[in-house]
Amino acid sequence: MKIQRHLLAIVVAAALPLTTADAANAKRTKQWLKAVNAVGAEGQGNEAASKAWRQIASLNGDSIPAILAGMKGSNELAENWIRSAVESIADKELNGGGKLPVAALKKFVGETGHNPRARRLAFELIRRVDAKAAEKMIPGLANDPSVELRREAVQRLMDQGAKQLAGGKKDAAAKTLGRALDHARDLDQINSISKDLRGLGQAVDLPKHFGFLMHWSVIGPFDNTYRKGFATVFPPEKGIDLTAEYDGKDGRVKWTELVSADEYGMVDINKAYPGNIKEVTAYAYTEFKAKAARPIELRLGCKNAWKVWLNGELLFGRDEYHRGMRIDQYRLRGELKAGVNTILVKACQNEQKESWTKEWQFQLRACDATGTAVLAENRPPTPKAGGKKTASLR
Amino acid sequence: MKKSILSLLIAGFGAGALSAGDWPQFRGPDSNGIVNDAGIPKTLGDKSVSWKIDLPGRGISSPIIIGDKVFVTCSSGTDQNRLHVICLSAKDGSKIWERQFWATGRTMTHQKIGCATSSPASDGRRIFALFSCNDLICLDLDGNLQWLRGLTRDYPNASNSLGMASSPVVAGDTLVVQVEADSESFAAGIDVKTGVNRWKLDRAKKANWSSPMVYKDAKSGRLVALLQGSSGLMAVDPKTGSELWNFDQGSSTMSSATKVGDLILVPSRGLTALKPGKEGFPPEELWNSSRLSPRTITPVALGGKVFSVNGSGVLSCGDLESGKRLWQLRLKGPFSASPIGAGRFLLAVNEKGLVQLVDTEAAKGEMVGSVNLKDVVIGTPSIANGAFYVRSDAHLWKLGG
Repeated sequence: MKIQRHLLAIVVAAALPLTTADAANAKRTKQWLKAVNAVGAEGQGNEAASKAWRQIASLNGDSIPAILAGMKGSNELAENWIRSAVESIADKELNGGGKLPVAALKKFVGETGHNPRARRLAFELIRRVDAKAAEKMIPGLANDPSVELRREAVQRLMDQGAKQLAGGKKDAAAKTLGRALDHARDLDQINSISKDLRGLGQAVDLPKHFGFLMHWSVIGPFDNTYRKGFATVFPPEKGIDLTAEYDGKDGRVKWTELVSADEYGMVDINKAYPGNIKEVTAYAYTEFKAKAARPIELRLGCKNAWKVWLNGELLFGRDEYHRGMRIDQYRLRGELKAGVNTILVKACQNEQKESWTKEWQFQLRACDATGTAVLAENRPPTPKAGGKKTASLR
Repeated sequence: MKKSILSLLIAGFGAGALSAGDWPQFRGPDSNGIVNDAGIPKTLGDKSVSWKIDLPGRGISSPIIIGDKVFVTCSSGTDQNRLHVICLSAKDGSKIWERQFWATGRTMTHQKIGCATSSPASDGRRIFALFSCNDLICLDLDGNLQWLRGLTRDYPNASNSLGMASSPVVAGDTLVVQVEADSESFAAGIDVKTGVNRWKLDRAKKANWSSPMVYKDAKSGRLVALLQGSSGLMAVDPKTGSELWNFDQGSSTMSSATKVGDLILVPSRGLTALKPGKEGFPPEELWNSSRLSPRTITPVALGGKVFSVNGSGVLSCGDLESGKRLWQLRLKGPFSASPIGAGRFLLAVNEKGLVQLVDTEAAKGEMVGSVNLKDVVIGTPSIANGAFYVRSDAHLWKLGG
């Protein structure tokens, strides 16, 4: 009896503080995460984050979902701080013979309101300890907000389409590959799917899929001798008047229309000003009608020095020449307003004479943070050019 | 040479936690690509491979070795935006830990390379991993994160669409980095404990892939950081960034300077030997040789001679005192990796993965062994505790040891 009372006392004593301790731990974890989430520019907050990191990393595996949830709203640096703490916990747990909370992690991945990267990390942890469980999750991730998560699901669809194709089921393959294209956000997958779909006789509108802006008004050439044109404020930077004429590098210049028919939205300024001219600057202008105000990413590829303005606000500029270009080379974040938005691109050509320095071009698309195209209300039909990488004056 | 390394270690070149056999940064403890021979293989063959492991991503960074741990960086993913820092056992190549990070800067590079271009550095307690995207990550030797910097977030135009590749170097309690590109350039001294700038210098807006180096001034006993770039070579106090002297005759933006004894060999107008003098005064120029030009590959000095390899594989040997070219030996090229030296031997790895060992004391140099790793090798190899380490985009090998 005496022993029973003693046991009861231990159980009660253990149970009550446990609840309090849990709450206290949760509170402390939030405080530590807050310190990590406060990291900023030039190492700001590093010392506090480092102390908090050690505390977070000392937690056990069951705490991982709560820690991952703390990634909501984190900046990219804080995401990495949290990621490494979670990896450290997982290592410690698994190296010590412990387990990871797979069920809770699966639930976390399924909750799309969490930080996409946190969800991807949760998925990777599941795969680490239960590869079969992870594999089963993949088909449901094709339209996921996380681009990293959706990639493997798209690959599944691509594989399925290829299998259908190999089995002679062309209609089914076209349907499957069409779904794959809808969900694909990575260039390599998009290219592969497009090729297969076209092989099946299906039309693919790549510029629309990406959200490339194809219709522009251009003006130039202005002077860029000694690369000074990059910093020079020529009239289009002061205000847009498509009927105006200005003094250019070699005489009066006026706005003309330039339409790209390139699959990847390449706007070839050399088409507007032939001769592979050098030490020149041009501007390209377009209008983007938005249904409602919203965040937007303008993603640029350009190997010339450039500046981009959205509604008169300079988003970014860069005076690097001929070091290479690719789709989505630069991600410029801005805000669309409801109605007509203005987009102005300045592209400068330098003095280099090598064959690989002839290009004077850019490609710009509008999309959300996942790379999903955001299409303008006033988007004209995609120009037809049979997939050739050309641009033409209209 | 052994004396030189040990004296630096004793003087607290890093944080005093390094051992004599370590290879703590790009081109070794003295940033000159050499160690004493300390048991390195004197010949090479297929049996020289102690172990070979798969890597989870691409990279041209050199592995670094601290004690019995090897640290290597990689990048993976469709856009090479997943960054890896991996710790392996030097004994058998088994993984001790791995940390991954999402790139915060631009990951675009030339297709020949991924995002893991700069070699990591260590002060014996911490690992500093810099990537082409300018993410700078500090971990302790057990993989615990110490701090992070996103240098492209801080300085948004300091990147190169072909990729960045300058490797950081530790000088006492300061990490010296050069992040130099056409649109924005800087060098910085970063507190190894906090990741905060001690100083930051604007540098010429010109792409630069060469790496800084550190030496201890024999007279003053102070550490000196050398910042190389298109305009030349600038010596700064690594604690403050203040200029100590400047050589303004231009220099390579690809191959890096190296130091042997009291000479600095800078890839300038071919190759130029400098002897620093009084602070505030330019160093004395001892000789200059266009015939010893290292082109894009960093030279090495061994046994009173200097060695340059050009991209196609011609190894040129020069007299360190006069700069006179003594002999040439054709190796099998092409080369991107810089050679390294141990004792009298020079190790050079070509782009096809052919590791070539040259006895530099033979009359006109003699190839004494080779092993074909049959993979693309761009990164400079490392030497530690009697073993060579070579990495490709997919593998890491240990030779000898």
